[in-house]
Amino acid sequence: MSFFRADSLAMQFGGIKAVDEVSFEVEAGEVFTLIGPNGAGKTTIFNLVSRIYDPTSGRLLFEDEDITEVPPHEIAGRGIARTFQNIELFERATVLQNLLLGRHARKRSNFLEELLFLPKVRRLELEHREAVEKVIDFLDLQSHRDSLIVNLPYGVRKVVELARALCAEPKLLLLDEPSSGLNVEETEDMAFWIQDIRELLGITVLMVEHDMSLVGAVSDRVLALNYGRPIAMGTAGEVQAHPDVIAAFLGG
Amino acid sequence: MRFIFKISYRQDLGLFRDRFQRDWYIALLLGLLALPVLLPDYRVDFSLMLIYGLCGVSLMVLAGYTGLVSLGHAAFLGIGAYAHVYFAQDMGLPWIVSIALAALVSAAAGGLVGLPALRMTGIYLTIATLAFALIVQEVFNRWESVTGGLKGKAVERPTIFGVSLQDDTSFYFLCLALLIAGLWLTRNVLRAPTGRAWVAIRDSEIAAQSMGVNLAVYKTLAFSYSAALMGVAGALFAHQVGFLAPDIFTVLLSIQFLLMVVVGGLGSLHGAIFGAIFVALVPVGISEARDVMPEWLGRVFSVFGQDAGSAVAAAVDGFVKHPGLEPGIFGLVLVLFILFEPQGFYGRWIKIKLYFSQFPLYKRATFKRQKSYMRSERLR
Ligand SMILES: Nc1ncnc2c1ncn2[C@@H]1O[C@H](COP(=O)(O)OP(=O)(O)O)[C@@H](O)[C@H]1O
Ligand SMILES: [Mg+2]
Repeated sequence: MSFFRADSLAMQFGGIKAVDEVSFEVEAGEVFTLIGPNGAGKTTIFNLVSRIYDPTSGRLLFEDEDITEVPPHEIAGRGIARTFQNIELFERATVLQNLLLGRHARKRSNFLEELLFLPKVRRLELEHREAVEKVIDFLDLQSHRDSLIVNLPYGVRKVVELARALCAEPKLLLLDEPSSGLNVEETEDMAFWIQDIRELLGITVLMVEHDMSLVGAVSDRVLALNYGRPIAMGTAGEVQAHPDVIAAFLGG
Repeated sequence: MRFIFKISYRQDLGLFRDRFQRDWYIALLLGLLALPVLLPDYRVDFSLMLIYGLCGVSLMVLAGYTGLVSLGHAAFLGIGAYAHVYFAQDMGLPWIVSIALAALVSAAAGGLVGLPALRMTGIYLTIATLAFALIVQEVFNRWESVTGGLKGKAVERPTIFGVSLQDDTSFYFLCLALLIAGLWLTRNVLRAPTGRAWVAIRDSEIAAQSMGVNLAVYKTLAFSYSAALMGVAGALFAHQVGFLAPDIFTVLLSIQFLLMVVVGGLGSLHGAIFGAIFVALVPVGISEARDVMPEWLGRVFSVFGQDAGSAVAAAVDGFVKHPGLEPGIFGLVLVLFILFEPQGFYGRWIKIKLYFSQFPLYKRATFKRQKSYMRSERLR
């Protein structure tokens, strides 16, 4: 029984192997972090897991089911939600609408019912709203509910994106560089939230991160990549001390 | 400043934003109901304006909410029109059944055009819809047994449940009822998960997909629903013009619909209606100008002598009678709006309202947007 597993995953773009035979296993309840210099293939792994790309070879298993062939829009329904390195919010919609869309995988009304806005649709909308409000309280977004995303500062957008992923009630949460572009205080908040997400909500986190202090504070295990290949694996301290990792980050 | 106290989640689910907005709409509805009595013989064709409103709502769903810009919507109007006339007159089906079937036929055509939308984005999709419209126009030309071909086809007045709507006033009320129904249904969908999924596709396909939106299903749905509304508008349009010919449903008409949603303000139903009013009023303005402008300007310029006056009058007369004037004006307006007010009439209206509600304190910078370069262009 394994929670999530990538089996010799590979992805080739033309001549370059962005991901080259990467295997790893994420256990339920842990925070698993991928690190590596720019272009190491971390985001590509996320895009493979969320099925945006079809892997050149390899397999993805989630809760003992093969999800290598599952279409991308069914991933959220299976319990995997994600954020993006370059924030991908619905910019001309409000925070509330963004978060409600996070519940799309749990939609239970059909088009005809919605056309007439039947009482059933109204009831479901209220249920979605209540779930969304829990996330709003969790991440302190109360004062931004009705703001349009375009009017929000970068730091808040980052939190809204995290909130949208949480609204899907995932079992596995993928965070692509959650602290990039944040200031020190915002990064601190992010560290607390990641811990709370794991401990209070019981969600497993797979994360890509550059800020080694954040990595050290929240991760259980770290996998270092370089040129698409795994070079070291272990606790944050062990990986950071690994000679190959030091060489990779110093451009050796 | 008006404060809306939100004390229940239900308040965000309403048809209207708040009590005040609802009261304004009731007042507007009363005004529209009284319109035929108040302005019995005016030059503006209010029925056409209402039909354009339906067209505006249709294209707004697709271009304004789902972000799929179509330059082929006149084709759906034509499909709805011909289908309705065929079902109601040639097959003798009841009016209600006929218009519903016309909407279905148009929706099916919309779904068909939606298929390339799954592979194409932006300008390529727009060109595909344009090609579709040209093909459909050719079909209207050739399929004489149904469309009457180039000879055209006369359209009778509608007869609903045995009641014949012979006069313009009753037809106006029919158009009003269908526009309100169209607006109500559309508003319902937009405040439900499907509407949110459309907006999500518009703003970020990759995020929409990762949150569980099936792009193929929702894009096709947007095309079909938009085309169905256009089909209903087409059926009304057929009665309105009284005579169908293929050269009514040209690309120029499609451009006019696009102008409607851009000028009105993309991404709002208000915008669709503002745009429809504008597009319905421009020809009236032009014909007014045709009648009075040359003489009036001639008189102004006759201070420079009789010859100058009549020369100016003749020149202006030639200009306003120019057949390309209307599309020219539409084109100019479209460009000006894109340059100076991308949010259209509705955006301008919001700014004017805010100006008065904050009177001495209004800052122009409120609506200034910072440029942001955050979205990844690589993943499309
Ligand atoms: N869609 C794509 N097409 C071509 N090359 C890509 C694509 N996505 C990523 N790459 C390449 O794959 C490599 C890994 O990129 P990425 O996964 O984004 O790295 P990072 O570890 O910084 O997130 C880079 O060399 C990048 O240029
Ligand atoms: Mg990256």
